[in-house]
Amino acid sequence: MAKEKKGVRLEHISKIYQDPKTKKNFYAVKDTTLDIEPGSFVTLLGPSGCGKTTTLRMIAGFESPDEGEIYLGGEPINALTPNKRDTAMVFQSYALLPHYNIFDNVAYGLKLRKMDKAVIKEKVTGILKLVGLEGMEARMTNQLSGGQQQRVALARALVLEPGVLLFDEPLSNLDAKLRVSMRTEIRRIQQEAGITAVYVTHDQSEAMAISDKVIIMENGIVAQMGTPQEIYYHPKSEFVADFIGEANFLRGPLISRNGANGTADISGNKVDVAGVEGHKVGDTCTLVLRPESALVADQGQLPCTVTLSCFMGSYQNYHVLVGDTRVIVTDFNPKNKKIYKVGDKAFVAFDPENVHVL
Amino acid sequence: MAKNQGAALDRKKFFADPIMVTTICVLIAFLTLFILYPLAILLVDSFVTPEGVSLSIFQRVLGMSSFRKAITNTLKVGFLVGIASALIGLLFAYVEVYVKLKTRFMAGLFKVVSMLPVVSPPFVLSLSMIMLFGKAGIITRFLLHIYDNNVYGFWGIAIVQTLTFFPVCYMMMRGLLKNIDPSLEEAARDMGASRWTVFRTVTLPLVLPGLGNAFLVTFIESIADFANPMIIGGSYDTLATTIYLQITGAYDKEGASAMAVVLLTITLLMFIVQKYYLEARSTATLSGKASRQRMLIEDRSVTIPLTILCSLLALFVVMMYVCVPFGALFKTWGYDFHLTTKWFKQVFTKYKGFKAFKDSFVLSLIASPITALLSMIISYLVVKRSFKAKGFIEAVSMLAMAVPGTVLGIGYIRGFSAGVFRTGFLQGLYGTGAILVIVFIVRSLPTGTRSGISALRQIDKSIEESAYDMGADSFTVFMTVTLPLIKDSFLSGLVTAFVRSITAISAIILLVTPRYLLITVQINEFAEKGAYGIACAFATILIAITYSAVLLMNLVIKYFGTSKMYKEE
Repeated sequence: MAKEKKGVRLEHISKIYQDPKTKKNFYAVKDTTLDIEPGSFVTLLGPSGCGKTTTLRMIAGFESPDEGEIYLGGEPINALTPNKRDTAMVFQSYALLPHYNIFDNVAYGLKLRKMDKAVIKEKVTGILKLVGLEGMEARMTNQLSGGQQQRVALARALVLEPGVLLFDEPLSNLDAKLRVSMRTEIRRIQQEAGITAVYVTHDQSEAMAISDKVIIMENGIVAQMGTPQEIYYHPKSEFVADFIGEANFLRGPLISRNGANGTADISGNKVDVAGVEGHKVGDTCTLVLRPESALVADQGQLPCTVTLSCFMGSYQNYHVLVGDTRVIVTDFNPKNKKIYKVGDKAFVAFDPENVHVL
Repeated sequence: MAKNQGAALDRKKFFADPIMVTTICVLIAFLTLFILYPLAILLVDSFVTPEGVSLSIFQRVLGMSSFRKAITNTLKVGFLVGIASALIGLLFAYVEVYVKLKTRFMAGLFKVVSMLPVVSPPFVLSLSMIMLFGKAGIITRFLLHIYDNNVYGFWGIAIVQTLTFFPVCYMMMRGLLKNIDPSLEEAARDMGASRWTVFRTVTLPLVLPGLGNAFLVTFIESIADFANPMIIGGSYDTLATTIYLQITGAYDKEGASAMAVVLLTITLLMFIVQKYYLEARSTATLSGKASRQRMLIEDRSVTIPLTILCSLLALFVVMMYVCVPFGALFKTWGYDFHLTTKWFKQVFTKYKGFKAFKDSFVLSLIASPITALLSMIISYLVVKRSFKAKGFIEAVSMLAMAVPGTVLGIGYIRGFSAGVFRTGFLQGLYGTGAILVIVFIVRSLPTGTRSGISALRQIDKSIEESAYDMGADSFTVFMTVTLPLIKDSFLSGLVTAFVRSITAISAIILLVTPRYLLITVQINEFAEKGAYGIACAFATILIAITYSAVLLMNLVIKYFGTSKMYKEE
């Protein structure tokens, strides 16, 4: 549907803001270089204040980068105003024009492009069908539910067939269930339209469910970029590991190494680990252990004491102490398994292949 | 860490929008030429003598005992009027918000009281005061048989101004009281405080900054007021009237300029305190809507005295206004109470009434759409855009609020009668209708801008951003999104500007030439001469015009307004 899929390239982009209290300048986004491939769905993920929305608004043109250049489809666009850029944005608050009905909201951008009335009608009808709002053209925006307003906002951006579609936390105002179904919708529509999309969110499950690539940002810097699987299984830092999913961190020195495999000393216990090519013997390494990759059992690598045991339906949630370190373990489908109680002595067991070493 | 590139890009984007750049330039030129320049020329006039810069002119005017007297007179009146208006305003607001009003009659009365000063020329009450309590006053002469009552002077001005200005305080205080969370007071009651203790220790401290704010706003209005002291002041001169007489009577232009600078300094100081100190405080303490309905006071020992007090005051105000049309219908006020239409006839046959109404009407009609549009543009720029000159635009358009009409009038005389900086540039403007229209615009601009700003602040920034993002330039965004969303504010700005213009007098009276007959100037003239019948006839028709304008506006807003089709969540 899109005229042309465009890629977005950010080259050493920085944005500097001034702290209103201390009057000191700080980097909201620092030296960020990104390559977003045409037709891909990329998510900017991070806690609030990490610079993800600022980055998005720089692509849209609402903010101007203080360093670097932004390219859209190979063209530098730094000096273009938002109305001259081939981007369309879906806002967090939807930002529908309250004095127009749905048809006029969706047709707004087309009318500005001086398109023929018949063409506009055809396009609007087509796009409303795509987002599942056919027949609602005459409704006013305040007669719609949150999800429907969201669809109008999406239709209004899509109908312009922009080179890149920008989403600024579009689902954060919806309730949990609707959020899940809308993100599937957005992904379907993006793939059907074959459009490049940049999506900002602070919800990690949303990011994983929807994206081809996830970019995790921390304090204005890209912490890691990769597919959801890469980021989940091979986080580059504790921040990334902790931000996406839950993670236990076990620290200790590497005591022996043979190629990619080795042994680490965790609270006095020898633990076999894989993927330690980058570490020398004697280095302190951090083992990232996902709660669902571990079990509490009568035998295992690490002796522990149970401090919390809580039935959650689909899983049993354990907090255990290994030495001084608290480890969280989620044991799925616990119906026919042994349940440990608070105070029980047991072991944390895991497959060395499921441990990622930092 | 340098923000150079970002700033340069922002600048580039800014200049990529020629309509907006032009608008801003025109605005800056307008504000500079018609607000800043006339005030600057007053400073020049009063400091620069043929011998160089000196304080000699100030020494001379301050040496006049009449001027020193005028300063103390003005401050005395302003102080009393400020306090009285704030307190009466608080009383009315309290009764409306806290006390259960039994009858719809009371609610209607309250509404009328808040509405009357808006639609009537600001000095109508002086007329009625004289007609009711003067030498030939109905109440003094015929009810009380006092034949030599002197309403002129301090008490006359103070009473008339209080009655004119307290409704403004009432509206301000009502907004504040409504925002107090009732649970604060209920908590105090629950802990054992009596109703009076609650009022004294909870309610009053909460609205105290607001009360101070109301006091200062009225104080400024009072000392800037020209027409009331003119009509009912008698020999009790205030600053505004003294300045007027200094230039029209004594032809002392430098002296009048220096006096105007003194008056401006006083109002400006008050305005700065009000704007930057009290206004922020009075809203900071009470933000957000009340969480739920307040339990209204039904205790008869409270409701009855308060209701009676308010009713008496309100009825008194209403009576003052009602007396105006009757003043125009009685043959000879105070002596012959036969009804007659001769005053109305004379207005049109003898005193060029048609021309007066046409001139006033047409000039105000030209000024009001320009004012409304300008104030919406200024509010849009101030709230929604960021650029270097924004602070200047905001400050100067708010500054106009602190400038008394008389001061502005003198500034225009000095600034434009011989052209800009006495060069002859724009000299053609002086004495035309155009300069009157400009004065109308400048006088109404701050009110419009204020209401525009508060309307725009309620609109989510991203609504306009989305239109911008879809390809609209600033002008299109303003016309297709911003303006439709603040249509109500625009319409009421339109009517307010019209009403303010057609009832304006203080600056206009200094600038009007025989080519134009303005109603307010006519009323003032006849009132001064004691021709109350004619003055009342003029005033009655004027009130009818302004009242119709307001009614029309309410009708238009009701059927075409934005609030009907969409409500902010």
